[in-house]
Amino acid sequence: MIEIKNLSKRFGSFVAVDDVSFQVGRGEVLGFLGPNGAGKSTTMKMATGFLAPSSGEVRICGLDMLGDPMRAKEKIGYVPEGAPAYPDMTPQEFLEFVGSVRGLAGDAKRARVEEVMKLVHLESHRHRPIEKLSKGFKRRVGLAQAILHDPEVLIMDEPTDGLDPNQKHEVRKLIKSMAPNKAIVLSTHILEEVKAVCTRVIIVNRGKIVFDGTPADFEARAPRGTSEPAMDVVFRSLTTSDAAKA
Amino acid sequence: MRNVTAILRRELAGYFFTPVAYVFLVIFLWLAGWFTLFLGQLYERRQADLEPFFTFVPWLYLFLLPAIAMRLWSEERRNGTIELLMTLPVSIGQAVTGKFLAAWLFAGCALVLTLPLVITVNYLGDPDNGVILAGYLGAFLMAGGYLAIGACISSVTKNQVIAFVLAVVACLLLMLAGFKPVMDLVPERWAIVTEALAAIGLLTHFESISKGVVDLRDVLYFLTLIAFCLFANAVILEQKKAD
Repeated sequence: MIEIKNLSKRFGSFVAVDDVSFQVGRGEVLGFLGPNGAGKSTTMKMATGFLAPSSGEVRICGLDMLGDPMRAKEKIGYVPEGAPAYPDMTPQEFLEFVGSVRGLAGDAKRARVEEVMKLVHLESHRHRPIEKLSKGFKRRVGLAQAILHDPEVLIMDEPTDGLDPNQKHEVRKLIKSMAPNKAIVLSTHILEEVKAVCTRVIIVNRGKIVFDGTPADFEARAPRGTSEPAMDVVFRSLTTSDAAKA
Repeated sequence: MRNVTAILRRELAGYFFTPVAYVFLVIFLWLAGWFTLFLGQLYERRQADLEPFFTFVPWLYLFLLPAIAMRLWSEERRNGTIELLMTLPVSIGQAVTGKFLAAWLFAGCALVLTLPLVITVNYLGDPDNGVILAGYLGAFLMAGGYLAIGACISSVTKNQVIAFVLAVVACLLLMLAGFKPVMDLVPERWAIVTEALAAIGLLTHFESISKGVVDLRDVLYFLTLIAFCLFANAVILEQKKAD
């Protein structure tokens, strides 16, 4: 449902994303990993139509993001990095605004906003301005906004960043419960998160894909007998420059 | 259309969520009243018209309207919500239009609230209400011009202060181009320069409308100005929405 073909992004002479291709199908949860500045966010920004690629192609449910952006964007729910939202609005107002833009109206909109607020446990804070909410609640607003139209494709940039362990657990549970009907991509720095929710892992380093496989494959690459968690070792060996060639 | 309305409503509500709207309205109405009644000597002139009001409105707008426009896009950039807005199924044209119309509508509300001045002159004498109506039309069109300039400039920076200052300067230049004392500085043999200045100057067009002569060319001038600025606004966003 997500097709990324030979995607590249150059900023001047700096190549942020270098010829990246992958596909994500229904039921897959893809964990997008890599060191800071590896091109994760840039790739996601291109996949969601925020950034125009320097070259390459993005297709969402068969729709070309460059040729038919409006219809392609309808298929996507997106949580940008930091889950930005209008600080002076309340979650209720904000979700109703997103609902109107997503083509919901009247009772259907109100019912859906209600439903989604329940799903992310936001009801108790529905009338507080978003700027006064804690980080955890802000993240939930961002998540609620992304799933409001029950999109087929869900793209999330570090959805659990800054959450406490309980909140992380909640978000992961929610992602897992939605997984069977959607194609999901999430970026993260937490390697356990990959084991907990993802069915597939892609590691990017310096704009290139250096690993693409299941979490089990990923873990199996670790040499035996290390005291550190296996995933950490593999991650490091893939993303530090000498080993990346091997 | 649905998207334009949704954005317009959000933006308009945004003015009232924050103190911006109330501060603006109070200051605008107070200054408008003070300028008209005291500086403009509405009573002493013993003439039932609103000329003093329409003489001061361009100057009042010069400082107040950029304050309304500066947040339109700068705020989106600062909050990072521009990424959200641009990944919703909304075209840049719809977003630009919705935001501009919200600001323009708000400026229109402020203008409507000066109605007591109209009532006052009608109570005191027998003014030509057609001229007054034309004046209001001119003021509304001029507000649109200022706001479109301000919106366009606010799309360049995430710093609202910079957006404000640049917009005031841009509006001032456009205004001064048609300001009589400035036009008088041009030597007489360069009449073509004077004419050109008068053609692009905001004040020339506003003054001819507010005198009661609603010439299609003057109306077109403002509409062209608005369209051009909004187009530039959209192009700027398209080019550097992620910066």
